[in-house]
Amino acid sequence: MAPVSATPGRAEASTMARALREAVLAGIIAFGLFVLYVGLKTDQNISNELILVPRPGLLAIFVGLAMVARFLGVLYIQPAMKRRRDAKSAAADLELQPSYVKRNFSTIAIIALVLYPPLMVALFGTQGSLKWVDNFGIQILIYVMLAWGLNIVVGLAGLLDLGYVAFYAVGAYSYALLSTHLGLSFWVLLPMAGILAALWGMILGFPVLRLRGDYLAIVTLAFGEIIRLVLINWTEVTQGTFGISGIAKASIFGIYSFDVGAPNNFAKVFGLPMSAAYYKIFLFYVILALALLTAFVTIRLRRMPVGRAWEALREDEIACRSLGINTVTTKLTAFATGAMFGGFAGSFFAARQGFVSPESFVFLESAVILAIVVLGGMGSLVGIAVAAVVMVGGTEMLRELTFLKAIFGPDFTPELYRMLLFGLAMIVVMVLKPRGFVGSREPSAFLHARKSVSSSFTKEGHG
Amino acid sequence: MEYFVQQLVNGLTLGSIYGMIAIGYTMVYGIIGMINFAHGDIFMLGGFAALIVFLALTSLFAGVPVVIALLVMMIVAMIMASLWNWTIERVAYRPLRGSFRLAPLITAIGMSIALSNFIQVTQGPRNKPIPPMVSSVYNIAGITISLKQILIIVITAVLLSVFWYIVHRTPLGRAQRATEQDRKMAALLGIDVDRTISVTFIMGAALAAVAGTMYLMYYGVVVFTDGFIPGVKAFTAAVLGGIGSLPGAVLGGLLIGLIESLWSAYFTIDYKDVATFSILAIVLIFKPSGILGRPEVEKV
Repeated sequence: MAPVSATPGRAEASTMARALREAVLAGIIAFGLFVLYVGLKTDQNISNELILVPRPGLLAIFVGLAMVARFLGVLYIQPAMKRRRDAKSAAADLELQPSYVKRNFSTIAIIALVLYPPLMVALFGTQGSLKWVDNFGIQILIYVMLAWGLNIVVGLAGLLDLGYVAFYAVGAYSYALLSTHLGLSFWVLLPMAGILAALWGMILGFPVLRLRGDYLAIVTLAFGEIIRLVLINWTEVTQGTFGISGIAKASIFGIYSFDVGAPNNFAKVFGLPMSAAYYKIFLFYVILALALLTAFVTIRLRRMPVGRAWEALREDEIACRSLGINTVTTKLTAFATGAMFGGFAGSFFAARQGFVSPESFVFLESAVILAIVVLGGMGSLVGIAVAAVVMVGGTEMLRELTFLKAIFGPDFTPELYRMLLFGLAMIVVMVLKPRGFVGSREPSAFLHARKSVSSSFTKEGHG
Repeated sequence: MEYFVQQLVNGLTLGSIYGMIAIGYTMVYGIIGMINFAHGDIFMLGGFAALIVFLALTSLFAGVPVVIALLVMMIVAMIMASLWNWTIERVAYRPLRGSFRLAPLITAIGMSIALSNFIQVTQGPRNKPIPPMVSSVYNIAGITISLKQILIIVITAVLLSVFWYIVHRTPLGRAQRATEQDRKMAALLGIDVDRTISVTFIMGAALAAVAGTMYLMYYGVVVFTDGFIPGVKAFTAAVLGGIGSLPGAVLGGLLIGLIESLWSAYFTIDYKDVATFSILAIVLIFKPSGILGRPEVEKV
């Protein structure tokens, strides 16, 4: 910080000088960082040789941006954040009654979600609603469900799992294979996919029972990669990288079908114009129901002995054992339950896409799901849902930013920047809010009165 | 037999590259207890720096001697990777040092995603091939060894000796070992902990950049996704050897390289990564602290 000075004017001047100095330093570092990667582009010439194309203008923009950002950061943002922190610590003792919206957030959110598809149809027409219900609604809800499922393993039981996408893959492939070979319906295979995934959760969970923390993380990552590699290489069954296509659609419990040729086609029976939107709206309600089931089960399990055991395990494994909790069954049930919801989501994914391939189950997906759980504040269901909306919805939003083409020229493709911005957002959110979006957790058990504890007092276990 | 020895040589070459990357993982894990997931992408950045320097050298001074070209590539790649890793540590990891354990892991994963996509955006998504730089091949008793392989193994051995010397015989290394054992106590004894951690990141990045240069020279191609698989394998190597242990990282790297090339030679190449990961799982299940790692003793 600036040295304490007698007059406020002097302090301001010295902050300004410091900001300028820091900005120049940031500029030098940014120049060093970007001079090779941004300043020079490797391109192929006509005879397919690599040549270098200098881009001094772009490099200057990068360096300039870094300098301006650092300058403003030192001059305005850092003092503002310090003031806010001071104000917060001064006001920490005050008990604030949460507002009406805050208290009934879940109810309001569920009602809004139920009303979401009809609202979109009303606003954009049947065909126009497709994008909003599918790309935003279903896509986000799948991630919400996956993150809630992983939350059981990571948030409740404190077992760091970097290979969660394996169970998603097991669910998706069990639906794809069993429905194409045996012709069973979605509603029969949905529970089956869950059971199969849970079984795999147990199989993979069993050998890693003795591992802790980061070792567990790396072994689960390895298992996730093994399952993906097997899916790629076991071509007789999985058709390798080509994937399985033409997977049967889900039906409304067999009463109405969404196959175009079927006599009981939903649109035909009700005399509606043909559209893919009905199927998507139906799928929206299915995934909403599945996600709510996950949340319901999580909330109920936390009140049950097994849920209490999970949370005890997260807090302290040794204490857990000395109190006579069977850590083997506790860990295995956590793995199995989390995997089961991954399997449900997987079979839903297969029914929605009509196509599965190993491409959909790369490590990046596991990382995204884990990021949502941690950014949501580990164990807080509402926080995780908010994180999923922000991270997944935010990056989906980038696909819509076609107006940027008008600014940056027709070559500009915002999709290219999707994952770059996703990665940067993960860093920024984590640095600014290390405890996640919802930084407090209601304790499951309390002695006299329900009292909200800041989750900075609770630590995650050694797993 | 000759086939077997041939595969051993190939495995050692690959293993040297993994070992050099693994040291960065193991040192960072040892000193601040975090998995630096972006380390594989630092390796990829090093490879790209070497590629760009190679192109600049060949277009500016045609006919530059290979030795000088390689040396310049290596040095520039080391500087670039060190600068990146230093900045990343300052921006993404240091603010979270006092936070709960998962927080830096998440920023590291975010950094890994951001770095590989940054290169994709700025350098394009295609493979970047270069013409072979070193093409001499020797034939010793029926075994073909290329000069590339000899170079990689020799450079690895030299760098590891230098590294071992720094960590075990210099004041800087002493500070690093002290910080690793007890950060608070080291700070009380007058060690600049922040600086020591920064230096650790720089050292790890420099080795990863050398590995990146070697990788580019050996395979003659680099692409923006190259950080992930070698990164995961190097981390596997670090865990296999016992995370936190320097000789362990090298041993783990060599083992992974050998397993990979022997498996590809005698079984199917499709499942070589499955073999690597399975062996990792088996080792950890039976010896959770790795081959050379100290068993973790938890005090209550």
